Order: sequence, then structure tokens, then C-alpha cells
Amino acid sequence: MAANPEIMNEKAVTFNLNGKDIEAYGDETILQAAKRNDIEIPYLCYKEGYRPDGNCRVCMVEIEGERVLAPSCCRVPTEDMKVNSENERAIHSQKMVLELLLSDMPQQGKSPYTLNSELDYWANKFEIYDPRFHQREQPKADLSHPAISVNLDACIQCTRCIRACREEQVNDVIGMAFRGSHAKIVFDMDEDMGESTCVACGECVQACPTGALMPARNVGLIEPDKQVESVCPYCGVGCQLTYNVKNNHILSVDGRDGPANKSRLCVKGRYGFDYVHHVDRLTKPFIRREDAEKTPALIDPLEIHKFFREVTWEEALDFAAKGLKEIRDNKGPQALAGFGCAKGSNEEAYLVQKLVRTGFGTNNVDHCTRLCHASSVVALLETIGSAAVSNQVADGVGAEVMIVIGARPNDNHPVAATFMKNATDRGSKLVLIEPYGSEMYLHAEHLLQLKPGTDVLLLNAMMHTIIEEGLQNDAFIKDHTDGFEALKKVVKDYSPEKVAPICCIPPETIKTVARLYAKAETAIIFWGMGISQHIHGTDNARCLISLALMTGQIGRPSTGLHPLRGQNNVQGTSDVGVIPMVYPDYQPVSDPNVRAKFEKLWGKELDPNIGKTVVEIMHAIHDGDLNGLYIMGENPAMSDPNLNHAREALSMLDHLVVQDIFFTETCSYADVILPASAFPEKTGTFTNTDRRVQMGRQAIDPPGDARQDLWIIQELANRIGLDWHYEGPQDVFEEIRKAVPSMAGMTWERLEQEDSLTYPLENEGDAGEPVIFKDGIFPTDDGRGRFVPAEHIEPAELPDKDYPFIFTTGRQLEHWHTGTMTRHSRVLDAIEPGPCIMINPEDLKDFNMKTGDILVIESRRGRIAATTRADEHMQKGVVMMPFTFSEAAANLISNDALDPFAKIPEFKFCAVKLTSGGRSQDTISRKKQTA
Amino acid sequence: MKRTRGKKGRVQGRTTPHKSLAEVRHLLGDAPRTRDMLIENLHKIQDHYHHISNRHILALAIDMSLPMAEIYETATFYHHFDVLNENEPPPPTKTIRVCESLTCEMFGAKELIKQLEAKYKDDVRIQAVPCVGRCDTAPVAVVGTNPIEHANQEIIDNAVNKKEFNAAIPEYIDYTSYRNTGGYQTLLDCVNGKHDRDKIIKTLEDSKLRGLGGAGFPMGQKWRILSQQSKPRLIAINIDEGEPGTFKDRYYLERDPHRFIEGTLIAHWAIEAEDIYIYLRDEYAGCRKALEKELSALKQDPPCPLPNIHLRRGAGAYICGEESAMIESIEGKRGLPRLRPPYVAQVGLFGRPTLEQNMESMHWVRDIIEKGAEWFSSEGRHERSGLRSFSVSGRINKPGVYLAPAGITMRELIDEYCGGMLDGHEFYGYFPGGASGGILPASLGDVPLDFDTLQEYGCFIGSAAIIILSDKDSAKNMALNAMRFFEDESCGQCTPCRAGTEKAVKLMEEKYWDQALLEELARAMEDASICGLGQAAPNPLRCAIKYFPGEFE
Repeated sequence: MAANPEIMNEKAVTFNLNGKDIEAYGDETILQAAKRNDIEIPYLCYKEGYRPDGNCRVCMVEIEGERVLAPSCCRVPTEDMKVNSENERAIHSQKMVLELLLSDMPQQGKSPYTLNSELDYWANKFEIYDPRFHQREQPKADLSHPAISVNLDACIQCTRCIRACREEQVNDVIGMAFRGSHAKIVFDMDEDMGESTCVACGECVQACPTGALMPARNVGLIEPDKQVESVCPYCGVGCQLTYNVKNNHILSVDGRDGPANKSRLCVKGRYGFDYVHHVDRLTKPFIRREDAEKTPALIDPLEIHKFFREVTWEEALDFAAKGLKEIRDNKGPQALAGFGCAKGSNEEAYLVQKLVRTGFGTNNVDHCTRLCHASSVVALLETIGSAAVSNQVADGVGAEVMIVIGARPNDNHPVAATFMKNATDRGSKLVLIEPYGSEMYLHAEHLLQLKPGTDVLLLNAMMHTIIEEGLQNDAFIKDHTDGFEALKKVVKDYSPEKVAPICCIPPETIKTVARLYAKAETAIIFWGMGISQHIHGTDNARCLISLALMTGQIGRPSTGLHPLRGQNNVQGTSDVGVIPMVYPDYQPVSDPNVRAKFEKLWGKELDPNIGKTVVEIMHAIHDGDLNGLYIMGENPAMSDPNLNHAREALSMLDHLVVQDIFFTETCSYADVILPASAFPEKTGTFTNTDRRVQMGRQAIDPPGDARQDLWIIQELANRIGLDWHYEGPQDVFEEIRKAVPSMAGMTWERLEQEDSLTYPLENEGDAGEPVIFKDGIFPTDDGRGRFVPAEHIEPAELPDKDYPFIFTTGRQLEHWHTGTMTRHSRVLDAIEPGPCIMINPEDLKDFNMKTGDILVIESRRGRIAATTRADEHMQKGVVMMPFTFSEAAANLISNDALDPFAKIPEFKFCAVKLTSGGRSQDTISRKKQTA
Repeated sequence: MKRTRGKKGRVQGRTTPHKSLAEVRHLLGDAPRTRDMLIENLHKIQDHYHHISNRHILALAIDMSLPMAEIYETATFYHHFDVLNENEPPPPTKTIRVCESLTCEMFGAKELIKQLEAKYKDDVRIQAVPCVGRCDTAPVAVVGTNPIEHANQEIIDNAVNKKEFNAAIPEYIDYTSYRNTGGYQTLLDCVNGKHDRDKIIKTLEDSKLRGLGGAGFPMGQKWRILSQQSKPRLIAINIDEGEPGTFKDRYYLERDPHRFIEGTLIAHWAIEAEDIYIYLRDEYAGCRKALEKELSALKQDPPCPLPNIHLRRGAGAYICGEESAMIESIEGKRGLPRLRPPYVAQVGLFGRPTLEQNMESMHWVRDIIEKGAEWFSSEGRHERSGLRSFSVSGRINKPGVYLAPAGITMRELIDEYCGGMLDGHEFYGYFPGGASGGILPASLGDVPLDFDTLQEYGCFIGSAAIIILSDKDSAKNMALNAMRFFEDESCGQCTPCRAGTEKAVKLMEEKYWDQALLEELARAMEDASICGLGQAAPNPLRCAIKYFPGEFE
């Protein structure tokens, strides 16, 4: 074990181990110091990074002057302590403990569940092969969970899984019940793991030293032929992981010690990798049959051949390019648009926007950021000049006060949530503000379950309190901001007493939270889609920024603003300019100087007008103004609001090129489908929510004739008149460095070496800046932050007599967005196999229903039916659905009303009516196939 | 509750079990819901329903904001909680517990259990349990919470028929009489400045009184260490008397409960502590009633301002007599001994420096202050100093608690205090310190009994629980009885004890013991176990092999 450089600076003690003087630094234990000095002491219950527990008693050492032996994993040596780990007495206990443990293993020998049993390793080392004790009575196997097999006959009660579950990931599912030789690992109240509240993060599996907890179906018994270090393809947390691969097949995934995850993963990252091997993967290019008419209806993937014919790449690419070129040449560049993908790499995203800007000749390029954080980005840019997070999650969780608003990180940023929960265990105060009382509330100091759509009221009332009580930071306001007086005037009207009945939060609570935040030494605000996806999303974000500015809670370690980025590379895709208003690094297309710069870099004349956003593009199609669309990896036929409208628009296109890994819903409207590569099939850089640019490495080859996205984009580009010669992602990255000043100092080589670099990193060799806006200096023209006050406005569509319920979209831990990946993952789909409506139990009762019965949801835009799930953390009168499930697509219901500033749709609020009975009205029922 | 997760969540949704929650809330009333109250709250459910079902655990989890797993593991750790899984039928509401530990086994507990099991089938549950602290009246059964001394089928039937299921409150010196006879005057003198803190601690040091729970740490020294720790400091009184053969704490508690309370309050003054926690084993139900009553009387008419005194109830776990396990239990957790360092005096209850003392140790504080250190230290025989309360049981005419000079020998104790051996019984050997203190043969009947005098024989005096064996007994069988006890009572935390006791029992159940392997195992258990339970568990087996070779021929 390499010594932690931080502790090397701490005070050292010298102690004697086995006759040799060695040093221990800081809180280093005897075991840690021994490991650092390559002295081997056996251990089992100790795991690096975990709290040492000292229960297995394998690592016993003799300390001179002490009556009994001591566990070296727990004991911190003192100056001149004389320790022996290898004399007869110490070895006797070490061996006896190993023999006792081995005697209770299945067949009293090697673990039948893993090739990497630590117990087997040490038993071998000490040549213990034939334990002399009889075996305990063995418990039965528990194979109830789709992802994890539980074989407690190999359990040594070391509690590593308990520490994993409770102290690392803080899921609190695993316990040690009963006592003595009956002591037993249990889930909840001794339920089968599959029945328990286990979230399947797999931390326990990763922690288990004997294979008692293992990935299901004996994967642990296959020796991988390679291990590839990469990052997770799901959310913005950016967990580093290792793919275990054999014969071009991913066997399993391990968490790697990355800066954002410290070896932790969630269920998606650990078990949601098998989508890449699903039989439904697109492996051939397709062109729409001439007689296959386009309608707004979806096409069942199983009927692909009825509507499309398999073609060669040559034919597909020619056809795709020809269609785009014709529209460009005949109708003009503005009749074309392109969607990039926040799941792709920075290099892919960069090339997509470059293709659209230089090949199509338009700025009509956008991606799903429009649907998630566009409003946050607009607000951040206009107030403090940068849309990036000010502090990284790892730093933010050091704050005295954490406000998490409009976000459910335990579902959507699960690993970040574990660090937040760790922080509360250490004494940080968590304030949760969200209409849905997520499970994080168990760790929260305050839960403010406000009425949906009342965020501005609540936030203004908090600011009102701060000003009323003089808790604002006058010096910071004076030195670093403009516009405070205007803000003051606006929030004056928002007293807690006045807003309380509308928000349904007691005024005293609002005041308490305002004081807590304002007075904290360090405070951070994390926010998510609950803030951004409103027609007042920009206003919501403005309020949060004002809150930070007026209290000076920004620009210091553990103090600032962190909009939790959703997709694994939504940050990077935005950074490299897949946004209609800006070039890479948020440089405005409307600025002639900027434009000149990029014209020079790209050698092409560029469109001086800002382009259309996602929803605007749909409207333009409807209006007949836009006829050709290139979609790389996005799935607007599921992700856009008011899907009937969006799907209709897609079906009206003259030419639609879709590049994806599955036959997505959007493919139903395609003219040509290009089979692309999945995350583990390519190499590239990905930027997480923390501004960390991380290296994703190819682990397997794409299936069949599927191709690397970078290749596909380049082939298209060269067929519409560009002349590109990128040999690989490295070449593209070199160009990104020129286009994105804040990443100019990053080199591909260094990324390969270090795996993760944080920008701003302008000069080679820089460390990168984890905290920005230091000393209250903002990247605005004058270096000052701006207050932009916001008045409360109502959501676009309020409940009424005909549509009395509020409908909101939300997410599930196990599923990702439109389900393209996760619904093709055997494990994830087994855990959450179908759509469900979260509803308050009392509301459900009013329909005379119980969990599992079917309700029909109808809005002015669409109608779906799905099973219900009673959830008392839902407010009465509010229902929530994930938008993952094609068979009951929540976005058929949602409202496409837009925020005027950011053009983000109001996914989080619309009016619906509920009726009982009915069956799924959606057009396809997904037929299950096994990978 | 993450009940939306998993199969169950899909089927049931996330809803509160309203009925169960209402039941739990009704039972708990306005009692605090802090983490440390978990065991107390579980008692309320067990007392009322005679079992704890999963639905109540779920409700309690919601009510106390605790994970289900934490409640479940805590509840299943303690033997007095009958935790039922879904669909499991509840046990009979009445339980007869029969002690099967050393002395009771000598006096026929096994046969009694057989008889009772034959007679009571569905309506009453018969449980073999470890020592209930009444070894002087072996065999002992407990009907409900009502202890039956010198138990036999007839007396037990009688009690059951008369529905005598509750422990009687013993007759004792109550608050009024205690005060009327000078009680709490010494405390008042302390509080009113007539005594100097340092001098009181010095007096204790001079008295050479050592902790009487078993470890024998010099008491004055402990108080002095505590008085130097950071504030707030806490006090925890250990009345989890569970060492087989020990019943001295109960003896004093049943007679003069205020004496230890006064001692504790003096300590509270001397070390400037905050709250006081008293941990009483659940088996002493009569004492609990008495203590509740007397603490209440004390609070109603306090001699001086009192600190918070919390009376906490064990739940059937011998290990909680171990000082750090007791602290864990007071905190509402499983009774897992902590690793030392840090010591309880530095990092104890709720992470605070804690003065933990056995109840009897506190019992003598008043006398020592009033009569002077000399009064205590001048006692003793065979060059030993002080007094010991010996709990003596076994094959003697007059079993009981005897306050005798430290250093007295076994033979002297039998002859001078215990009325000699029972008729027809010849002195054969003895446990000098309960089940864990080892077994000595009659040939070592002249060794002075005190702390530090028995180490060289592989034994210790511990809580001075002496069980006298005669030629009708077998050291080998007694050693197996002791090992079974340790197996049952091991917390299960560390391998040498959890697996060691279990493997040892299996080896000792063989007709011929694998003595070499047992010794190898014993050595690792002694060297590598976390706490005294595992470290001392092999003592009886080693002694049996060493001192009673005849039984192995």
C-alpha cells in the first residue's frame, strides 16, 4: 500500500516491528505501517478505506508488556513500542483463527464462490489445508436477488459488508442479527435479499473477502482475460470503474478509487453494463423502405424489417449524407439541425457541433441539456459568468450546511448521495427541499416538502428573512456584486408568513433554514431538475444564486453552488459547444470576434445567428421550416415533452438520420439508422458534474457491423463536403484544447496517466482548480456577480376541475432516462420491470385501489395507463412517473410550455386527471428478450 | 423506510403500517425516542405482546427513525426478546425459565427441565437459561418473573396454578428508614463542603478497595483518573450480575439498596460527573421494582440536588456485564465489547469519560468514608487486605453470601462460614471465580482467595463466586457446562470466541477429549479474543485437564 501523501507530512512515531525500527505517520496503525514497509501481516476484516473493526483477529501481534495479543489493524503504535507479528505466539493465534474460519467454509476448503478469496489466500500462505474442527451448521443460499447471490456458508462474520452498507454507502440494510455462533448477516429483518430494501449498490459484494456475497450466477468463478480502467456511463457523478472482460464480454464491473467515487458505485454502474451485450443491439445499418410510410406511431423493434431494410455502411452513409446535403442546398442551412448526445464523449460531441456548424452551416445544434439544466446555465451565465459548478461534490460535502433542493441524489446521483450521508454522519446539516420526501430525509436536519412550483416563493422568503434579520454579508455584497437594492425591493414582499400557506411550509421553518444557511461557516447548495424544469426554472436558479451572493456563501472551499449534472457527459457536451447560442467554452456565436476566431480555427464561414433549441426545432419541423435532422444518440421520441407533438414532428421530417445503439423510439421516424458503439466500446474523455475530465477506455469491440461514433460522424462530414482526418479521439482532443481555453492545459497523455483532471486548467502542468470564484471574483466583464431578482409566477398549467391532479416526472434509481440502456440491462429491468405511478396512499384509496392496480393518467396532451405504487412520501394531489417506459411514456402527458429564458420545458408540473380501470394505451408493449 | 424498493416494495408500496405504528406509539407514550432508548422500547413491546413481531419492528423503525436492520439485530441479540418473523406463530405468553448453569445443574436442573417439558406443552414455554443469580437456592426456576427457589415440579405447578407470575418485592431498608439511620448524611457532608474531593479519593485509595465486579481495578485510582478527564463525565453502575455462581449484588440490593446509591452519588460529587446510568440485569425483576420505587422516593424528597439517574434494563445477555458491552447496551445497541484502548474511563458511554463501577463497589463507599480507610484495609488474612463478599454455593451446608476477609482459604471458608460440606459429600474442588475463573482441586484448598493470588494456578477470583464441588461431581462435566455457557453467551464478534467456544464444546462433548487440540485452541482464545469472556472461557477446560487428570483416564 502506498502511503497516503497527506499523512506522510504528519508526525511520525518510530516503533519496532519484528526487530526492525519503522515509522508510522499520523493515525497509521501497525498494520498500515507494516504494509507500507512490505511486512506482511495476515488480515481479513480490515479493508483499506473502511473503519477498522478488529473482529476477525487474524492480524494479531504481540506487543511487549501487554498481557494479550493486539489486533494490528486497530492499534496505533506509540514511540518505541516493540511489536512482533511473526514470533511463535503471534503466528499461533493467526493460524488458529484462520483454521477456525476455514473449518466453517463449504467443504472446509477453498471458497466455491470466488477466485479471489482472501481467506484462501492466507490459508494457503500458512499452509492450512485440513482444518481439525468440525463444521458449523450451514445456512441456506439466498439467490433471490437478480444481481447478487448470498451464500452465507462462506461468511466469516467480518462485518465488512455491514460497514460497506452502513458506513460507506449508508443504505442501512445489512445487519448482524442473533449472537455468538448464531450471529448472522441479515437484510432488514432477516428477509431474502431480493425482498429487502437493498438498493443493490454492490458495495458489500466488493467488500466481501470470501465470496459469501458475489455477483449472481457465479461470475466470480470466471477469470477475466483483461481488466480495463474506465468510467461509468450513467450519471454525472463520474465514478471510475474497472471492466472485467473475457472473450469480448464484460463479466463484471468493480468500483475504482476515483476522486468522485472512492471505489463506490451504484446499482446502475455496477450491474447495468450488460445492455451492451443485448441481442437487440443494432448491428447493421438500415434504410427505410420506400413503401414504409411515416406516421406518429411507434414501430415495434421486432418489426424493424417490415419498415427498414438492412444495407451496407457505404449505402447508409451515402444515403444519410445525400439527404442532408439536398436539404441544405435546396432549402438552406436553417432547414437542418443536429442533436448531440450527453452520453457521448467530448470528442464526439465536439465533432457533432462542428459538423452542424461547418457542414450544415447552421447553429441549430442542441442536446438534452436543454431538457435538464438549460435554465441553470442561463442563470449562472447571466449572474456569475460561468455555468460550471463552483465546488466539487467531494469538497461540497465538507460543508457545515448542505442545501439539496429539487434533487433526489440518492436516486439520480447515488454515489454523491452516499458522500452527503457520510457528511451528515460527521455532523454536517442537510436541508432537503423537495416536494417528494426522498429517503435522504432520514439523514436530513430539515425536510421542506414544499408544494410543487412554489420554489421562488420559498427562496424569496428565505432571502426576505436574511435581509430582515440583517444576516446578509454586506461586505461581500458591496465588494463583489451589483443589483442588491433591486433584489431587496422584490423580496420585501415575500415574507415567510405570506408564502407559508402557499408553499405549505411553516414560516418558522423557512426562517430557521434561512438563518442556518446564512450563518454557516461553510454552506453549499446542490440542485437538480426540480429547480430547472419549470417555466420559472431560470428564476429558481437566479434565486439560489442570489441566496449565495447575498450571504457570501461562494468562492471558498465547501462553499458555493453545485447544479448536479445529470448525464455522464452533459457538462462536457455543453463545454464543447453542443448548444445553439455558443461555441465551445460558452463563447457566444453572436460575438463577431468569437466567430472570427472559430472561423479561423475551423476554416469555414460560420452562421452569425443563434440556432434553435430542442423544443424549438420540434416546433420548426411542425411549421415546415425545418426538414432534415441528424440525431446522434438522443431519443426525443421519449425525452421531449408532449410526445404526441414531438413524435408527430419527427414523422414530418423529410430526412432523419439516427445514430444509436438500439432501435430506439426515435428510430421509428428515421430514414436511415446508423448502428453505433456503446460506451465500453470506445475511448474518449467525459466530463463529470465536478468539471473533472476523465478517461473512458474501450473495453470491448462493438458487435456485428456497429461502428465507432467518431468514425460515423467523420464519414458523414466527409460526405457533405468537409475534409476531416482525425485518426482517433486523441486528435480531436488536441483540437478541443484549442477551442476550449479552460481545457487548454490538459494533455491526452496526462489524462491517460492520471485518469482525471479538473478544469480550469489553462496551462500544461497546472493542477486544475477544484474551487472557482475564489475571493468572490467572477468571470463576468467586471468581475462582479449580479443579483437578478425573480417574482413568483404560476406553473403554466394549473390543476382545475377537469384535471385536478398535479403530474410530475421523476426518476428511479434503477433506470436511466428513456431506458435505452437500462431497460436492456437484465438486472436493472428485473428489479424495476415496468412503469409505475407514485401516488399518495390516501389518493389511491379514494380510487378504491391498492398498489399494483392500474390507473389511467390523462392530460390535455395525452393519455397513458400504468400500475400504481402507494408512496406516502408523495403529497396528496400529486402523482409522479419516471419517463423511462415506452409502454407508458410519461412525456405523452408532460407539458411543453417553455421557460422564456432557457427554453426548458416544464417537465415538473402539469395538470392531469386520473381514472380507474383501463389497460396500457400505448402503442407497443416491449417484448422481453434475453441477452 | 425504503419500502418502494425490491419485490416487496413493488407489491406493497411505501406505506406506513398505521395499526402497528399506533400500537407502538401508544405503548411508548411520550418516552424519548433517542437511539439509546431502543432496548427500553423493545422491552415495552415484549412486555405487552410477549413477543416482538416484524410489523412492530417496522413501526418502531419509523417511530424512532432507525433502520430496520439495526432494530432487528439489536432485538435478536438479547435472549429476553422473542422476535418473530412474518408468519411465525407467537410463543406461549408464559415462560418458565430453569437455570441450567453450574450449581443448578449439580442440583438436578436437567431432570427438572425434562419433567417440566413433559408436563407443559403448548400453554407454557420451558426455557433452559443461564444463571439467574440464586445459586444458594439451587435448583432455581423463574415462572414469568417470579423466582422459585429450591425448585421442583410441585412448587412450580403450584405457582403456575396460583398464577404467581410476578416477582415479589423483597423486604429492604427503604428510603425513610435509610435516612432515619443516618443515610445520605455522608453525601450531604460531601455536597455541603465538609469533605474535600481529593481527600475522599485519597481515602478510597488508602482503603485499597478494588472493583468488585471481577477485574479488581483499584477504585480510588479509577476515581482519580476520571476526575482528570474532560467534562462532561458520566457514571455507569454495573448490576448485570451474570457470572454463574454470583449473587452478591442481588443480596445487597435486596436488603439495602440506598447504600450503593449513596456511594454512587458521592462518586458523582467527587469526580464532578453529569448523568448516572444504572444497568440492572433483567433477571432481577424484583430488584428492579424495588429500585424504581426507591429512586422515585429519592427524587421526591432528595437530600440534595440530584443528577439525572437513569435505570436501564438488561435483556438477557451475560456479555453486557463486560464493562464496554454494558455501555453499548445502554446506548441501545448489541452488547459487543469494545476494543481497548481507548479505555472506558477515557471514551465511554456516549463517547464521554465514564466511571463504571460494579454496584457492590459503590455499596462500601459510605462505610469507608464514615469508618475510615483503615476499617476496610485492616481486614484480611494470609497477608491479604480488605473484605470480600463471597457468593458460595454447591455441596455445602450453608450456601449464601459471606462477607469474609480477603485472602481466606477455601477450607477456612467452608468450615468457618459455610457449615462444612454436605453430608456424604467430600470436598473435591471448586470454582473460585464463577464459570470463568477456572476450577481448582481440593489439594489447592489452602490457597488464599483474593485478587492476584490465583493467577499462578491459571485461575482468578473475579466476582468471588465460589462453587464447591464434591466427589459426586465431575470437573470435566462442569467444564463442559461452563463452555456451553460461554458458547451461548459469546457475543459472536470475534472469531476466537465465536468459533472457539462452539468448536470447543463439540470437542468436549466427545468421550475422549483431544487435549492437545483443545490446548492449542485455548491458547488462541486467551491470546486473541477481544474481551474477558473469550479470554477466560478456556480456564475451566484447562483446569479440568490440569488438575483432574483422573477423570480423563
